Amino acid sequence: MPFMSLKFNLQKRVKLAQGLWMLYWLAVIVGIIIFSLGIFFKIELRKRSEIMDNNESHLVPNLLILLGMLSCGLNAFGGKLCHESLDPQKFSKMKPMLKPYMLLSCGFNALLLLLVLLCFLMQFAVYLTLAEGLKNAIRFYKDTDTPGRCFMKRTLDMTQIEFRCCGNNNFRDWFEVQWISNRYLDMSNDVVKDRVLSNVEGKYLMDSVPFSCCNPGSPRPCIQHHLTNNSAHYDYDHRIEELNIWNRGCHQAVFSYYSSIMNSIGALLICTIILEVRLHTGLHHRPLQPVGM
Amino acid sequence: MAVLKVKFTKTRRDKLAQILWILNWISVVTGVILFSLGLFLKVELKKREELMAEKDIQYVPNMLIAVGLIACVINFLGGKICYDCVDTTNFLRWKLIMLPYIVCTFFFTLCVLVGALMCYSMHWELEEALNLGLTQAMRFYKDTDMPGRCFLKHTVDMLQIQFQCCGNSGYKDWFQIQWISNRYLDMSKKEVVDRLRSNVEGKFLMDGVPFSCCNINSPRPCIQQQITNNSAHFNYEHQTEDQNLWMKGCREALLEYYTHLLQSIGLTVLITWLFELSVLTGVRYLQTSLENMLRQGDPNSESDGWLLENSLMETARTNLSIIKSLGKGNQIDTADNGDPNIDVPSTSKAHYGPDNVPPKQKTETN
Repeated sequence: MPFMSLKFNLQKRVKLAQGLWMLYWLAVIVGIIIFSLGIFFKIELRKRSEIMDNNESHLVPNLLILLGMLSCGLNAFGGKLCHESLDPQKFSKMKPMLKPYMLLSCGFNALLLLLVLLCFLMQFAVYLTLAEGLKNAIRFYKDTDTPGRCFMKRTLDMTQIEFRCCGNNNFRDWFEVQWISNRYLDMSNDVVKDRVLSNVEGKYLMDSVPFSCCNPGSPRPCIQHHLTNNSAHYDYDHRIEELNIWNRGCHQAVFSYYSSIMNSIGALLICTIILEVRLHTGLHHRPLQPVGM
Repeated sequence: MAVLKVKFTKTRRDKLAQILWILNWISVVTGVILFSLGLFLKVELKKREELMAEKDIQYVPNMLIAVGLIACVINFLGGKICYDCVDTTNFLRWKLIMLPYIVCTFFFTLCVLVGALMCYSMHWELEEALNLGLTQAMRFYKDTDMPGRCFLKHTVDMLQIQFQCCGNSGYKDWFQIQWISNRYLDMSKKEVVDRLRSNVEGKFLMDGVPFSCCNINSPRPCIQQQITNNSAHFNYEHQTEDQNLWMKGCREALLEYYTHLLQSIGLTVLITWLFELSVLTGVRYLQTSLENMLRQGDPNSESDGWLLENSLMETARTNLSIIKSLGKGNQIDTADNGDPNIDVPSTSKAHYGPDNVPPKQKTETN
């Protein structure tokens, strides 16, 4: 008993062949879109690899690029098959290639399914890498004279401005790190010396944040220093003040950005799988009754 | 003596018509491009209208939008005409319209050229608008509690961050205005009161800048306050320090951005103008060759095509005289007695013969 067999007359077969041919070319375009999304994602990861400790996994974008190219090739060949099935002589030449092509397509669909799963699961990896990377970025913020880290300050400032966030989980992360280099601290000053000595690790800590944490939407000029000291500023209460600096942590902000990219790619891949399955069931019915025979 | 006469065989005429049909459709696309460039420029100017004083600079994008739309319509019509010109019977339909169409399109291409030149001339008006606008914006930076101005602080901060600039001409512009609102100044403190009193207008001036002036490339944390006071900061000399704040003025930065944009748009419009002119030349050749073919009577014959039937001077003279006669049609020419419609009474006495009796009125009886 054949699997899901259907009866076709000539007109229906021609229409089916034409419809399938159009869908195959649509699938080629979708393949190109997947390829370019892979490149886009790779560039986005590279742009911010500094705040991810240069440790991020490029598995998902690389697979996207590969599967995009494969999809273009397979679907273009499928379209050619469809086109040639209208001519009985050409079809008899193509017939031996059908079975391997169907097997390849099944394998390709399985790969797509795997990639969808990866899109959703790799978000955990991104989450963890970001947490570690941001912690180190904040620690190395002051090391603008150390080779390999001299642009960390610039990257972190740009990230905080672009994603409208401050610190790793919130702005208090800056209170636990010395973000002003010793090069710019006057060690002969008593105040400075006291502060450095009062700390166990000899770090110059203060309740201040860098300027990139400032919220431009605040009605008053930015208060960066002595954030927890209400008396240091006129008419200021740090417990209720929420427009002065960004309240969100950069971990949450950057992760939600990458998460939304990966979710959209996953959704697109699910649509691609549905399209591919539809195409292959259509093609499967073609060889049973070729046109003109 | 015809200007730039070219001989056209039937096949050449048909080929010309087909090529012009395709070129007209490409021109429709360029018209759409002009329209969208005008729209884009309008949006870019509107985005920052808060920072520009009330100067009429919207005429440039409006002109581009209008020109783009008209280009689409004209070239669509031109495409239809050229498509019909392959067949002689269809050409007869358009025969009377073609010359006015060509004249209209010629004046339209002049408009396109004017549009391109306007893009380049907008530079000076824009600079003045930006200068005044930025001065105003900086003055109202602190007025975040006044309706209509409460987002000016946000706009100026985002501008300085995005365009990497500070102040109008430089960061020292911030030293001359009070950018901290009195709401956030502790009037009970002696230093604050002293500073206010020391200034003639009672403004709280200081050598500090907002945080948005901070340069992200600086190796040290940003120094915003007491910028000109070297002793206030360790290992700091404001005369040689150039990485702490953005050194460029926002007027220069914005002007650079808009000039670059306008130059690209102007270049695109110039290229479109050249393209339109070449299509127009082709249509003129097609029109004259088809008319000459009709004059000869044989659709398969060779015919001449030209730009102008007579030399430029003669054509100008004939056209001027046509325009003059159009104007004269309404005037009553009293000097000329040749007009048969005017009843000019004779000034001499009628002489009816020796006895000077007027003849009896002969009545015709049938």
